[in-house]
Amino acid sequence: MPKRLYVPLHQHIGQPCEPCVVVGQKVLKGEEIGRAEGFVSAPVHAPTSGTVVAIKEHTAGHPSGLTLLCVVIDPDGKDQWSPALQGIENPLSASPAAIRDKIRAAGVVGLGGATFPSFIKMSPPQGKPVGLLLINGVECEPYLTCDARLMEEHAREIVAGIEIMLYALQAKQCIIGIEDNKPGAIRTMTQAVGPFPSMRVQSLPVMYPQGGEKQLIEAVTGRQVPSGGLPIDLGIIVHNVATALAIRDAVLRGRPLISRVVTVTGKGAVKPANLECLIGTPIRDLVEYSGGMHPGVRKLVLGGPMMGVTMQDMDVPVVKGTSGVLALLQDEIADQPEQACIRCGHCVQACPIRLVPCEMAWQAKNNQMDAMADLHLFDCIECGSCAYVCPSHIPLVHYFRFAKLTIQADRRAQQRLEVDKARTKAKELRVQQEKEAKERQKEAMKAAMAAKKKAAAEAAPAAPAVTSAPAAPAVAPSIEATPPVESAAGQPPQADAAAPAAESEAEIKAARAARAARAAQAAREAKAAKQQS
Amino acid sequence: MSQTNLLLSSSPHVHGGDSVSRVMQTVIWALMPATAMAVMVFGWPALLVILITVASCVVTESLFVKLRRRPSTLGDRSAALTGLLLALTLPPHTPWWVCVSGGVFAILVAKQVYGGLGFNMFNPALAARVFLLISFPVQLTAWPVVNPLFGEHAYSLSDSIAIIMTGHQGGAELVDAVTAATPLGQYRTETGLGKTVQEALGGQFGFDELQAAGGLVGGSLGETSALLLLAGGLYMLRKKLITWHIPVTMLVGCLLPATFFWVYDSAHYPDPIFHLVTGGLVIGAFFMATDMVTSPVSIKGQVIFGLGCGLLTFLIRTWSGYPEGVSFAVLLMNAVVPLIDQYTRPAIYGQQSIKS
Repeated sequence: MPKRLYVPLHQHIGQPCEPCVVVGQKVLKGEEIGRAEGFVSAPVHAPTSGTVVAIKEHTAGHPSGLTLLCVVIDPDGKDQWSPALQGIENPLSASPAAIRDKIRAAGVVGLGGATFPSFIKMSPPQGKPVGLLLINGVECEPYLTCDARLMEEHAREIVAGIEIMLYALQAKQCIIGIEDNKPGAIRTMTQAVGPFPSMRVQSLPVMYPQGGEKQLIEAVTGRQVPSGGLPIDLGIIVHNVATALAIRDAVLRGRPLISRVVTVTGKGAVKPANLECLIGTPIRDLVEYSGGMHPGVRKLVLGGPMMGVTMQDMDVPVVKGTSGVLALLQDEIADQPEQACIRCGHCVQACPIRLVPCEMAWQAKNNQMDAMADLHLFDCIECGSCAYVCPSHIPLVHYFRFAKLTIQADRRAQQRLEVDKARTKAKELRVQQEKEAKERQKEAMKAAMAAKKKAAAEAAPAAPAVTSAPAAPAVAPSIEATPPVESAAGQPPQADAAAPAAESEAEIKAARAARAARAAQAAREAKAAKQQS
Repeated sequence: MSQTNLLLSSSPHVHGGDSVSRVMQTVIWALMPATAMAVMVFGWPALLVILITVASCVVTESLFVKLRRRPSTLGDRSAALTGLLLALTLPPHTPWWVCVSGGVFAILVAKQVYGGLGFNMFNPALAARVFLLISFPVQLTAWPVVNPLFGEHAYSLSDSIAIIMTGHQGGAELVDAVTAATPLGQYRTETGLGKTVQEALGGQFGFDELQAAGGLVGGSLGETSALLLLAGGLYMLRKKLITWHIPVTMLVGCLLPATFFWVYDSAHYPDPIFHLVTGGLVIGAFFMATDMVTSPVSIKGQVIFGLGCGLLTFLIRTWSGYPEGVSFAVLLMNAVVPLIDQYTRPAIYGQQSIKS
């Protein structure tokens, strides 16, 4: 039991969780500590009972050494399960939806490394029936043996998980693919599937990267998932063996995913081992438990040697997707200067997607991103096979990652540009409309002014004749004329120009009042604008 | 932080251990049996030709790289390999200055001017050979008869130096019997005069296919022993340096039409075994056409390339003005490699199912 657990709130593909505990709170084993946000997300649970001592950013297995928000838990040592966790007693008569909900609530994600929330893969879309459930017993990468170990020790539990999955997916057949250098796993799994005619074990030749979903489908069925498509397009769903086990625990016992098996190996590890450990355990505890590291370890890798991420320290916690911790010595690591491509074509023959990596690298060096996209850059799974065989030590995958990010950034910038363009257009339209509205208003005002003038002109000749009542007819039109002046506060020159034209005293007074009103309004507007800014 | 010296890098973190120098070194090893045989069959002059050519290539490479202010590339051993390959295409008594011109041309014009290793379009060794063949046709077609290293008439070391350095053919008693036509040359000349293949190669010329396969026949240094070249080729296949596609398709491309014409008219067209054991077909198929830089990268492309090399070899041997066509065939196919590469990109995973 580690002294302190760092449980990241983002251990899956999709949106990170929101913490639902507070510092100082006591939590029980299996209690939810991070609530799933959004559809593609998975909740996070307390790996053991203890106290939440902090919710803070902590170093994580990120290639750039970025941190993740973690719930830090000090275990109380009692390892007390939360009583609220209930399983489904007889899942094969429960509704598939209830099973999916259990899987979702347990925070089960793909344990092969992709960490895609499993309940989504348990909910096939309408009109796409699942014909085949493929269980991935192929180790993702060389060095790793955690899945094989799991199959040797928990074959029956895995098969129980598969039974539940077959039922929930309404699938008829299940094939468990295992590479033939794992005879122990093949034996135990074959025994375990014995009573189930719908399941069988298929032995596969050892070949990296067969643990990739699409590669496994091709190896087992000979069919290819359409580029840009999903296995369900072929009526196939792929789950990892460890996921099958986690699903069994989630459905039968209601237990969330709080631990996993991690391979600790590499020439730098004193005693290579497969360890079952709690999520959140720092790598340091894991390595020390297994016997520590030899001096001279040059690289610490989280994951496998082909696709894993290097770590800069040992405080990184184990997460749901952590399949291995490798301590590599100098003689194991690829650390040679890049040479010119000699066009040997070994990368072309090594690529499982059948891309032409050397040509793509050529384009990458010349910054021809469009050309790279045309060469199907985005079909690259970054398995590392090309760089592994390259005699010139060209970091091909690195180029491809860089190109992918560059192109994605370009596309985002392009999208932003489109949005900006649309906004500019909308603004121009609005300005145009406002201008037209003002013109119309001006027209209306002019018309009113003309009417007023006409009225004044009619009133003027009458004035000398009837001296006792000069104001009355003159005031009336001037009052009528003020409202448009006030409402047209935006155009003082026109309104002012109208003032000298006023001939009677009453009109001048009215114009003054209007001007004062305008000034007051302008002041108000200025104030409002100031507050806004 | 307990570890301050940890490396951070992009995956993959392990490597297969292959390297350019290992690739080149393997090819050099694969050529060793045939090279040794050439020296055995033609004596010390052959060794001198090989050493001079290799040295001129290596020196040119190092000088030019220094001139371009680039880090030294001698470690990749590609210059030495080019020199060895070029030497094996030359006649056993090639004068030193022809060797040197060839070496300089191969590295300077055919390789470094393009930007060095990996950027050249044409096989440097073959480009240099064709350059020499066109510039110095006399020296390049002087075929001394077989004169084994420890044979009765073996050249002494001093004789050998004289032959290569001065062009002087040593003692007078050697002059008469020094040169004779290669089997391919004999076939072309004599059938050109209206003789049948049997008349051309039999009788006084005494061509024997078994002997030719073993290497006891006149010709370029590397054209001698088809069997030892084949052994070297198999070694490279075993080391997974090359795949079988280019060599096999090149042999098929040449031997298939050869068989066809031989069956059609065996009086005027030699049998396919003759094509196989004479001239540079085997060294071309295993060592020249398979040059990584100047051959297609995809398997489909390599098959097209190999077939093209083979077919062109047969056409040139049979109907052109030159008795031997391997160099021209390979160079011509080199020129279309970018085109082949563009049209033979493999169908990527999942693309076919999209179309269907």
